[in-house]
Amino acid sequence: MKPFDYVRAESREDALRADGRVIAGGTNLLDLMKLEVETPDRLIDVTRLDLREITRQENSLRIGALVSNADLAADETVRRDYPVLSRALLAGASAQLRNKATTGGNLMQRTRCPYFYDTTQPCNKREPGTGCQAMEGFNRILAILGTSDKCIATHPSDMAVAMRALDARVEIESPTGETRMLTLDEFYLLPGDTPEKETVLEPGELITAVHLPEPPKGKQAYRKVRDRASYAFALVSVGAVIDVQGGKIAAASLAFGGLGPRPWRNADVEEALVGETPSDAVFDKAADVLLADAKGFGANDFKIPLTRRVLKAVLSDLTGVSQ
Amino acid sequence: MKITLSVNGEERSLDVDPRTTLLDALRDHLDMTGSKKGCDHGQCGACTMLVNGRRINSCLALAVMHEGDEVTTIEGLGEPGALSPLQKAFVRHDGYQCGYCTPGQIVSAKAMIAEFSNGWPSYVSDDLEAAPDFSEAEIKERMSGNLCRCSAYPGICAAIKDAAPEEGLNEREAAE
Repeated sequence: MKPFDYVRAESREDALRADGRVIAGGTNLLDLMKLEVETPDRLIDVTRLDLREITRQENSLRIGALVSNADLAADETVRRDYPVLSRALLAGASAQLRNKATTGGNLMQRTRCPYFYDTTQPCNKREPGTGCQAMEGFNRILAILGTSDKCIATHPSDMAVAMRALDARVEIESPTGETRMLTLDEFYLLPGDTPEKETVLEPGELITAVHLPEPPKGKQAYRKVRDRASYAFALVSVGAVIDVQGGKIAAASLAFGGLGPRPWRNADVEEALVGETPSDAVFDKAADVLLADAKGFGANDFKIPLTRRVLKAVLSDLTGVSQ
Repeated sequence: MKITLSVNGEERSLDVDPRTTLLDALRDHLDMTGSKKGCDHGQCGACTMLVNGRRINSCLALAVMHEGDEVTTIEGLGEPGALSPLQKAFVRHDGYQCGYCTPGQIVSAKAMIAEFSNGWPSYVSDDLEAAPDFSEAEIKERMSGNLCRCSAYPGICAAIKDAAPEEGLNEREAAE
């Protein structure tokens, strides 16, 4: 690990003033620092800040950025009103990691692309302009949607997929004390020509919370398919909220993990479902819309038919229609 | 950098480079080698310690970030002649072969039983709001962060199940 200055922020002002890389749980950042994929000159430890509360506000639930993944999954309000989030969190990592990993840190974790992790290989995300070996290499876990000719990395979070389905917004504080609120689609960038830039977070800005709107109507589910039964990243995952009224789909919210560079959501997929009577054919149509632009890179081609099956299985479960 | 930790109930002061992990601080600076270094990347669980009562991978924690924290290691759970119920059960059920993952397994199981007793659900719990059964499926899922390359899992599982009542299973702890 490269040497760094360590700064313990005692207040939010300290954290916003200090110029360096923010660390909270550190479960991903320290791993990357050991491999020298990340080499920050200065670490700003924000774990002493007062951002550990989950509070019910008017029309929202405010989750402090330092709430651990374990505490969030076990929170009684989240288990009752936002089960898709609790399920997604419990599907991620291990109990030890969930105790340490934080809400803000989970959003900021980096891809698990093997070429990003291997400093002997070129990688446009790690070293812009060096190329991408993943496109013709080991890309089993990598993206089929939202890729560019520079990068096919996936965002690895389960939590963020559920938050995307729940229309969560990220609360960000700037060094001048201003606060902005962004949806996850606004927060995360697609790789395009600059895969090294993953979010719109500016230097000095700090994620202070995530807000969930009122619990949505309908049933919620999180389904994750992976290479082993526990403690593995998603090949494909679906976070879903489906409301059926009078035999028709009244509302649908669907977000996907393992498919793209950010938790993937496509409003056209939801439009294909709303107003329809749930059926195998309707589910297939939604899958067609989702996968219209899907592109495999060889070892991850299987994700295209797998995504269709997982989506249809989730929709069948939530609408009570057998396939 | 000078820091103070409470390790198994004892105040310990040490001077560490900021890069030092909590695991290396205890093993190399305090000569407490009970906690093991397996992968050093948070994948195997051999380094599991309790920090303020919660199980974490001590290889993915900087010692300087744990100033003032209460750390519990395998040495704090029991010692030769006065083993903890989990330690005795691992011996009784042969919950190991080479033994390298065992300290992490036992410390992790200790915390897992407390999490279960506090009503935390897991990925395999059918109902997020009801108290789950202390079944083999629940134990396996909740212990998936501790790998055993000798694959002594049947013994590990049996030991945890056997020792759980004595380790306070279903005795709900007060919230923090």
